[in-house]
Amino acid sequence: MSGIHDWSGDVLNALRARGIATVCTVPDGGLTRLLRMVEAEPGMRLVTLSTEPEGIGIATGCWLGGGRAVLAMQSSGVGNCINALGLPAAFRAPCLMLVTMRGQWGEFNPWQVPMGQGTRPALEAVGVKCFPVDRAEEVGETFAAAADLAFHSRVSTAVLVSQRIVGAKGFGQK
Amino acid sequence: MSATSNKIARRPLVADLLARRGGALIVCGLGSPTWDTFAAGDSAEYLYSWGGMGLAVPTALGVALAQPARRVVCITGDGEMLMGIGTLGVVADQAPANLGILVLDNESFGETGRQRGLTASRADIAAIARGFGIARTFTVTEQGAAAELADFLFKAPGPVLAVAKIALSDDPWALPEKDGAAIAYRFREALGV
Repeated sequence: MSGIHDWSGDVLNALRARGIATVCTVPDGGLTRLLRMVEAEPGMRLVTLSTEPEGIGIATGCWLGGGRAVLAMQSSGVGNCINALGLPAAFRAPCLMLVTMRGQWGEFNPWQVPMGQGTRPALEAVGVKCFPVDRAEEVGETFAAAADLAFHSRVSTAVLVSQRIVGAKGFGQK
Repeated sequence: MSATSNKIARRPLVADLLARRGGALIVCGLGSPTWDTFAAGDSAEYLYSWGGMGLAVPTALGVALAQPARRVVCITGDGEMLMGIGTLGVVADQAPANLGILVLDNESFGETGRQRGLTASRADIAAIARGFGIARTFTVTEQGAAAELADFLFKAPGPVLAVAKIALSDDPWALPEKDGAAIAYRFREALGV
């Protein structure tokens, strides 16, 4: 991580400052550092999912019970969540998502491209406010703003962390 | 297990169970579990659902994690449960001691015309739950087990999952509030959050 801005640490601080104590995830390579920090953080709970829409239900239930959660996932997982996003919308509940992008900036794997390119339009089609970020220094403040919009205005928001930040996986190829 | 072997009438069973819920919060799956719950009497501690198929158990899990001092029981159907079946692995992993799950299993997609469901032949949701690591499961096939089932759902150390093999039935419509925000904000107010 030397020489690269620690956006994961910034996100962790934003979680701490807002009492967002539950992090639901289907892991992604770009989330590795943040997920390790969450596991090591006293008072935070990492919830490993079998599929991403479970995180929409858990985050919504958590808020119904007076808590706060975030769903962290790869952009491919967004496609699994579209109908589920009707749940927080119907309850007028907040739903905060942190999405690491694939299929976007220097992607090696063509199977990632359709959903990666469709992530933002799909989210916006079901009413999610999207915050794309392509500079590591801006992830933390963007995440904080998206969290505040979600929990104060009770809407669904997604921070889309560019593949330019998380890096394209090269599978050992040039 | 064929559909004709199911003998339990769903509405009396759910009413019997809810009469014994103590202070438990109830999270309903969409469709008939919501109608059954409302038919037994309304409460601010009931979270009704009109959609989001597959999300009843995740929603109940979220409530259970946020409210560890309260018992939370999810009442859902076999089709809804199967759509989000992987969630049972998440429940087993998180192991909330305050969560119970009741699957009302009529082996059919009752809401859409009684098309045959996957539990009509070989799928056994209690066995699947045990496979995911939910050690305590309970399957009831006869009316009259409500007291024992209530103890299991509302008092046994969670997470627990029960399957009630229910009959197909024509029950009168019992439709609660369908504005999700009204349901959600009433529920939160009842919890004091």
